[in-house]
Amino acid sequence: MEKEKILYGRSNGFFPSFERRPGPIKTNMHYCPGCGHGILHKLIAEAIDDFGIKDKTIIIAPVGCAVFSYYYFDCFGISAPHGRAPAVATGLARANPENLVISYQGDGDLASIGFNHILQAANRGENLAVFFVNNAIYGMTGGQMAPTTLPGQKTQTSPLGRSVTSEGYPLKVSETVAALDAPVYVERCALSTVQNIRKARHAIRKALTNSIERKGFSLVELLSGCPVNLKMNARDMNEFLDNQMSRYFPLGVYKDTADSRDPISRPTGIYEPQAVRELLYPVRVADGVSESFRNPSRIFQSERRIKLCGSGGQGVLSLGYMLATMGKLRNFNVSWLPSYGPEMRGGTANCSVVLSRDSIGSPLVSKECNLLIALNGPSLEKYLPTLKRNGILLYDESNGSCPDEVLDRVIYTLPASDLAKQLGDLKYANSVLLGAVAVMMCDLFLDEEDKADFDRVFEEAIMDCFHEKEHVVKNNIKAFYIGKANARRIRN
Amino acid sequence: MNKKKFEVRIAPDECKGCERCVIACPRNVLKLGTALNKLGFPYAVRTGQECIGCGGCFLTCPEPGAITVVQIESE
Ligand code: SF4
Ligand code: SF4
Ligand code: SF4
Repeated sequence: MEKEKILYGRSNGFFPSFERRPGPIKTNMHYCPGCGHGILHKLIAEAIDDFGIKDKTIIIAPVGCAVFSYYYFDCFGISAPHGRAPAVATGLARANPENLVISYQGDGDLASIGFNHILQAANRGENLAVFFVNNAIYGMTGGQMAPTTLPGQKTQTSPLGRSVTSEGYPLKVSETVAALDAPVYVERCALSTVQNIRKARHAIRKALTNSIERKGFSLVELLSGCPVNLKMNARDMNEFLDNQMSRYFPLGVYKDTADSRDPISRPTGIYEPQAVRELLYPVRVADGVSESFRNPSRIFQSERRIKLCGSGGQGVLSLGYMLATMGKLRNFNVSWLPSYGPEMRGGTANCSVVLSRDSIGSPLVSKECNLLIALNGPSLEKYLPTLKRNGILLYDESNGSCPDEVLDRVIYTLPASDLAKQLGDLKYANSVLLGAVAVMMCDLFLDEEDKADFDRVFEEAIMDCFHEKEHVVKNNIKAFYIGKANARRIRN
Repeated sequence: MNKKKFEVRIAPDECKGCERCVIACPRNVLKLGTALNKLGFPYAVRTGQECIGCGGCFLTCPEPGAITVVQIESE
């Protein structure tokens, strides 16, 4: 009688049939004959099946030939933008610490466009297993020079061979990552001879074990064949990997400190909307209005463009932010565009706020503004030309009353900075001014029942902006009402 | 007495004819055939040499299901 036992065969870490793959071929992978990706896929599939982690493994597919890896592995899969797999992996690993995240990346993806991402993730010691396929070329796009292309190696974009004087030296990823403190395990292997593939198999299982034990960041670099683009047969391909590539990229363990590391534990995130709200808004925000709130007032039929200006440090940006927040709390589309740059250093500061019921085109308010809030003379002078003919000016007269030449405008004014100083701190000036905005809106635009709502909306905006401290919120609300009491219109 | 032998099996339509298994096998059990499979590739076939079940061909083959190595025990 004969008994049969399968020693080596198709892994259960793969789907039994590749139904996600379009077209009639459901058993083969899409890789070229002899491609190293297939060898590595088999090692990973075997490991996730053997370790019983298929239900919690997430493999991130890179941009490159392996972009379709989720056709094959019987676990979770997600694709990431070029080079961003470590960022996506970080999010996944932090938000779902019970999952095992594999970042599968090629040399173009990891060592070129995404090099900073991988270094930062490594440096943070994210709990990831990174499998880095180094085949010294851009495979998917047809054989361009990669960061890891060898000196002298000819590619489509280095037809005379890579010149280290003009293209620099091949990037040594394992050496670089191993030089960081956080990573626990870094090894370079080659998918060449059976002996080397066995070492790679061991390294992959070790990296995954580290992940399972939550030891942190492991990276296995795999020198891998791209026989199609390098125009090599199997024998030459192995020779290239073992003699030429390994000479520049020596194989071996670059770092292994997993045994001496404790499992990482990080504070778990809070994903309950209510809990987040309570943390962010310790002061109770009024219940607000219904989602469908639409203020029917005329002023809100069309887009409102607001310019705020003053000198740096007067709170121009946060006043703008409060106005935008107010709009946001009443279902407007809002934009808030602070100006940064040299002008902010001691000169005039400004920001643009747009409130609209429709989508906002440009967030920059540089002409035809409906409301100009000027906190000092020089900025008034600079930005007055942006105010619409019938637009409204709100001016802080603490540093002098409104210049004569603007007196033909609709102007609201109050000594905001002086009032703020009386309240104990100049930084309350913006809430005082917010009070003046409220007066202006009540006078000109709001119907009776909206007026009370608008006090509330201003209070909510203040809470939203100063949520961190209860007494700051209280003082700003006080400043708001003082502003409301003191603002006056100086021309009809 | 139990007798163990090993056998390598190739699924013709899963092979892409890359020859990695052929050069990896320590016992020259495999060679590339001349017939083409349904993908249009020549595929690996057995030469008749005895397989020792080392699994090298399976490990080096990039295709998930092209190669199966079995152990056959007869009483
Ligand atoms: S182009 Fe190269 S890396 Fe891409 S599938 Fe083909 S052999 Fe593999
Ligand atoms: S299992 Fe070993 S001996 Fe048998 S065919 Fe494969 S490589 Fe050759
Ligand atoms: S290694 Fe696999 S794909 Fe390549 S010839 Fe052998 S059986 Fe076919």
